[in-house]
Amino acid sequence: MDDLLLLAWTLAKILLIAVPLIVAVAFFTLAERKVIGWMQVRLGPTEIGPLALAQPFADTAKMLFKELVMPRNADRFLYILAPLLTLAPAFAAWAVIPFDQGVALSQIDAGLLYLLAMTSLGVYGVILAGWASNSKYAFLGAMRSAAQIVSYEIAMGFALVCVIVASGSLNIEKIVLAQAGNAGFFEWFWLPLLPMFVVYFISGVAETNRAPFDVAEGESEIVAGFHVEYSGAAFAVFFLAEYANMILISLLAAIMFLGGWLSPFQGWIGGFLGEPSFLWLFAKASIFAFCYLWFRATFPRYRYDQIMRLGWKVFIPITIVWVAVIAVLIVAKVVERGV
Amino acid sequence: MGAITHYFKSLMLKELLVGLSLTGRYFFRPKYTLRYPEEKAPKSNRFRGLHALRRYPNGEERCIACKLCEAVCPALAITIDSEQRADGTRRTTRYEIDLFKCIFCGFCEESCPVDSIVETDISEYHFETRGENVVGKQQLLAIGDRFEKQIAAARALDAPYR
Repeated sequence: MDDLLLLAWTLAKILLIAVPLIVAVAFFTLAERKVIGWMQVRLGPTEIGPLALAQPFADTAKMLFKELVMPRNADRFLYILAPLLTLAPAFAAWAVIPFDQGVALSQIDAGLLYLLAMTSLGVYGVILAGWASNSKYAFLGAMRSAAQIVSYEIAMGFALVCVIVASGSLNIEKIVLAQAGNAGFFEWFWLPLLPMFVVYFISGVAETNRAPFDVAEGESEIVAGFHVEYSGAAFAVFFLAEYANMILISLLAAIMFLGGWLSPFQGWIGGFLGEPSFLWLFAKASIFAFCYLWFRATFPRYRYDQIMRLGWKVFIPITIVWVAVIAVLIVAKVVERGV
Repeated sequence: MGAITHYFKSLMLKELLVGLSLTGRYFFRPKYTLRYPEEKAPKSNRFRGLHALRRYPNGEERCIACKLCEAVCPALAITIDSEQRADGTRRTTRYEIDLFKCIFCGFCEESCPVDSIVETDISEYHFETRGENVVGKQQLLAIGDRFEKQIAAARALDAPYR
């Protein structure tokens, strides 16, 4: 009986995370079209519903009723498996995200490790999609994506090593609490880890295959990259995973470097604004989510060899140097170690 | 020295921030989009749209079948047959414009000695079956009758510049 209750309670919690996430993804696509439209001096979608708010639902309905076309020479099993393999890690990673103190689906001590593992698993879906489609464009996209994600994973990992060194914990909640203090947002890790903050977010953009690192899609050269052979609901699943990953990276950047749910005015003013709250976390994450769209509206796509150069010759050296710098700063007690 | 400043500039992401600030400013600019069916761009008096054949105020059709428009039409879109009418005047029995061939250059209108064939400012029309693109004399006259006021007004406004 207790087991059943626990199961039901866990399922309820999973739904509490997954359903708002899917809704957030839906509106994020609308926000993307609106923001990019505004930056290009257009209006973006305007017609469906007040302020076009019903647009995501119209898009979803259209997508689900479209025909699923499977290439004749596709590997049927892998072809169907690939979108699921992309979606599952994108959602599984949310299990360890703390939304407020003590508010997480599961609090595990190696939470950060689990996160890194889950975000890296997404690439298998991409590779399998490219392979199973039996199309040269899809295959090229998959190869590009694989190399790119593997390269930026390292820089991203090292950036997070700095966070671990500064906070002294792999538990994500403890990482946030290590940033608490009486100096408001000056206590957060973005200050001592500023280069890592930038490297992390740029690697995050590359990890999620978003502009300007979206060579895996590269519509001008390889049509739509790895998901060129997917249509209808299967394509929607890739889409959902991509946007869920973007929101995840935005949340993670807020948690690792901007103090998660902590208030930026903590210790300065009292009242609601000075209190830690999950609203702060969402506000901070929205800034990064907006940056994703802003980047897409601003930067042209990187050339492939430049992406590799940036990942291997710039980011990895910078991160390795900063791991040493932050270690020295902590040993010399210039930066106080949290927890 | 130059290499070093360049290195630092690229490390501080200077050019990327400049680009971001540009798109950031455009984010708040007034938008150019015209929400078309509700909002429409202003049209010139000389707008060259759908054709019409006009009549004199007494109801007599203007066209005298001189075939100047047929001759001048660069796309060979106009076909005219003519005959002598009972009262001895020459009139068209057939006046057809193929709107798929027509390039809306306005030469027919310019060449017409009696201001009969004109191009109205109507730009929103459609065909539903094959062959409707060839509009005949009766249709053109009907368009002229229906929009005579509009046509005359546009021509009056443009008259000082002709």
